[in-house]
Amino acid sequence: MAFDKKHILGLGELSAEEIKVILDTAESMKEISTRDVKKVPTLKGKTVVNLFFEPSTRTRSSFEIAEKRLSADVLNFSASQSSVVKGESLVDTARNFEAMGASIMVIRHGMSGAPFVLARQINASVINAGDGSHEHPSQALIDIFTIREKKGKIEGLNVLIVGDILNSRVARSNIFGLRKLGANVRIVGPATIVPEYFSEMGAEIFHSLEHAIENVDVVIMLRVQSERKTLEYFPSLREYSGLYGLTREKLKLAKKDVIVMHPGPINRGVELTSEIADDPGAVILEQVANGIAVRMAMIYLVALGESL
Amino acid sequence: MGVLIKNGRVIDPSQSLDMVSDVYVQGDKVKEISKRIDTPRKSDTVIDASGQVVAPGLVDIHVHLREPGYEHKETIKTGCLAAAAGGFTSIVCMPNTNPINDNASVTEYILLKARTEGIVNVFPIGAITKREKGDELAEIGEMCEAGCVAISDDGMPVADSGLMRKAMEYVRPFGIPVITHAEDIGLSAGGVMNEGFVSTELGLRGIPSASEEVGIGRDIILCELTGTPLHICHVSTKGSVRLVREAKKRGAKVTAEATPHHFTLTDKEVYGYNTNAKMNPPLRTREDVDAIIEGIADGTIDVIATDHAPHSQDEKNVEFDLAPFGIVGLETALSLSLELVEKGIITLDEMIKKLTVIPSEIVGIERGTLAPGSIADLVVFDPGMSRMINPGEFLSKSRNTPFAGWELKGVVSNTIVSGKVVFSRS
Repeated sequence: MAFDKKHILGLGELSAEEIKVILDTAESMKEISTRDVKKVPTLKGKTVVNLFFEPSTRTRSSFEIAEKRLSADVLNFSASQSSVVKGESLVDTARNFEAMGASIMVIRHGMSGAPFVLARQINASVINAGDGSHEHPSQALIDIFTIREKKGKIEGLNVLIVGDILNSRVARSNIFGLRKLGANVRIVGPATIVPEYFSEMGAEIFHSLEHAIENVDVVIMLRVQSERKTLEYFPSLREYSGLYGLTREKLKLAKKDVIVMHPGPINRGVELTSEIADDPGAVILEQVANGIAVRMAMIYLVALGESL
Repeated sequence: MGVLIKNGRVIDPSQSLDMVSDVYVQGDKVKEISKRIDTPRKSDTVIDASGQVVAPGLVDIHVHLREPGYEHKETIKTGCLAAAAGGFTSIVCMPNTNPINDNASVTEYILLKARTEGIVNVFPIGAITKREKGDELAEIGEMCEAGCVAISDDGMPVADSGLMRKAMEYVRPFGIPVITHAEDIGLSAGGVMNEGFVSTELGLRGIPSASEEVGIGRDIILCELTGTPLHICHVSTKGSVRLVREAKKRGAKVTAEATPHHFTLTDKEVYGYNTNAKMNPPLRTREDVDAIIEGIADGTIDVIATDHAPHSQDEKNVEFDLAPFGIVGLETALSLSLELVEKGIITLDEMIKKLTVIPSEIVGIERGTLAPGSIADLVVFDPGMSRMINPGEFLSKSRNTPFAGWELKGVVSNTIVSGKVVFSRS
């Protein structure tokens, strides 16, 4: 099956087939990363701009490496806040880069839906690198890719996501993607940040980690995002960590071959104890490595779609 | 000089009138309504209203005219043009201009502008508190004397219940109502759309129904405490309809309005981050829409009002969180209201009542009737003719509507204010 999407705005918008195409393409891309010369000429002469309206180290670096391995010319634009603050609209900012010849824009923005605003109004392809509390498709694709690599499949697996589901774009993208590929998704956290509405998205809701973790194949720990005012939703980090922090004890209730994932950056001692973060069952650094392959696949496929 | 409107179906709920007849307007007054009136004078304008409805000019008690201060969105002149095109002959404008209409000099400025540049009647609403800050009462008495027909801090609800109580008590002897945009700001918590499944999926902050219902509950209780008439703006939730229904049953002096968008659309319109579906209160769920329609049918909802809230394209063409709340409504309200008639929810007579005589009574203006001797504000419209909503053709300065491209029935052919044809479309 061909991939003919011009943009990748979220997993909510992709079909199961399209998600599989990205994952399969990422496998070939991963092979490139094992070569001595980790570079292919696929995007030679194309300009990709990374528009980052929110601070990010790993996502931006990962996209940049991915773009360079595909031989694209890379431009980086970062602003601590939306350029609206200095009077220029998001669309005007993007049009400037378009005028410089950018044909793909990777956008990270603090407000949900910002990539949709761009996709409607510019000619370049748009890849969502995280928008507000909405979606973070590349991160979820990395998680799903890593799970598939470790477990050989997605369908039928029990996947548990722990933490601030309400404010998490990683959670939404994972729920969309994992449900489409046939996994059972459980979510757990305080009732203030794990609202009932998520059950309509196909997730099973828990408020006790001990109950939720029983018999799961995969645990995805979300970061406590203090910058997103998560802290007003529960009394203290201490209480949160006691109830929802992952310890070796709690992990024993999961399946024996459970894998533990975290989109990073980790608050050691809050979401995870160090012994788990550094355990062989934790695949956190493998996620980072897979990130480059998955992002190469995303850029490659929209570039292909764009030239169709 | 007169205007003779021939052969229209004349519907005037204020006189329980619904029959095909002629209407003769002399000067600025309605002179006569009867089966057949021959042109008394050569200089009279004759309008053939065959197959059309002739009704009292529509009255909208919830409009934002934006002038003074936000003339790039709308002016009193363009707002009046939009009103006339939509069949409205009287509009009641909210005080959240810049400066805010919180003192008699701003009121006088608006009325002067309306007299010199506006083609329909403009009735201002004064602020409840100075600069709508919710700290101290505005000079309500002076504004009332200058011509304000109600007070409201629309958009910036008075959070302090003690101050709201004082406002309601203070205003009572002046005989004007308090109009409330009821909302508990703490519950809204920076939300930008209805809290529900759609907001969850889109990752947008939600405004729960409870935010409006807590506000309405408080204001109904204060209305019963003070005995001051309370008009509740843009009811958007099932729970709000229930609260108003129960209050009315107890005999509270409460009236309520619903907007065409709240009885037509749901929060699904927001998918794709459509900023023309962003308004406050937000679009809710199917269940809420059904409850509002039920409230319109059983009289819980007294009035249809637009909450006409113009914003420029540049202001709306941004990230959803940054876009201002509000949509234009004057030029689509009649057609959307006619949908309720088409679906058999209310009769044409009841619809006209909610757009003429009842809103006039709420703000105490002598409009909304065709009784002989009354001021000749009329609308002539074809309820069966279809048209495509094209925002490019709006007379409003702004185009922010979620109804672009909709095929709707109801075309206004003539709008008459004080005996003058101020708008006509052939």
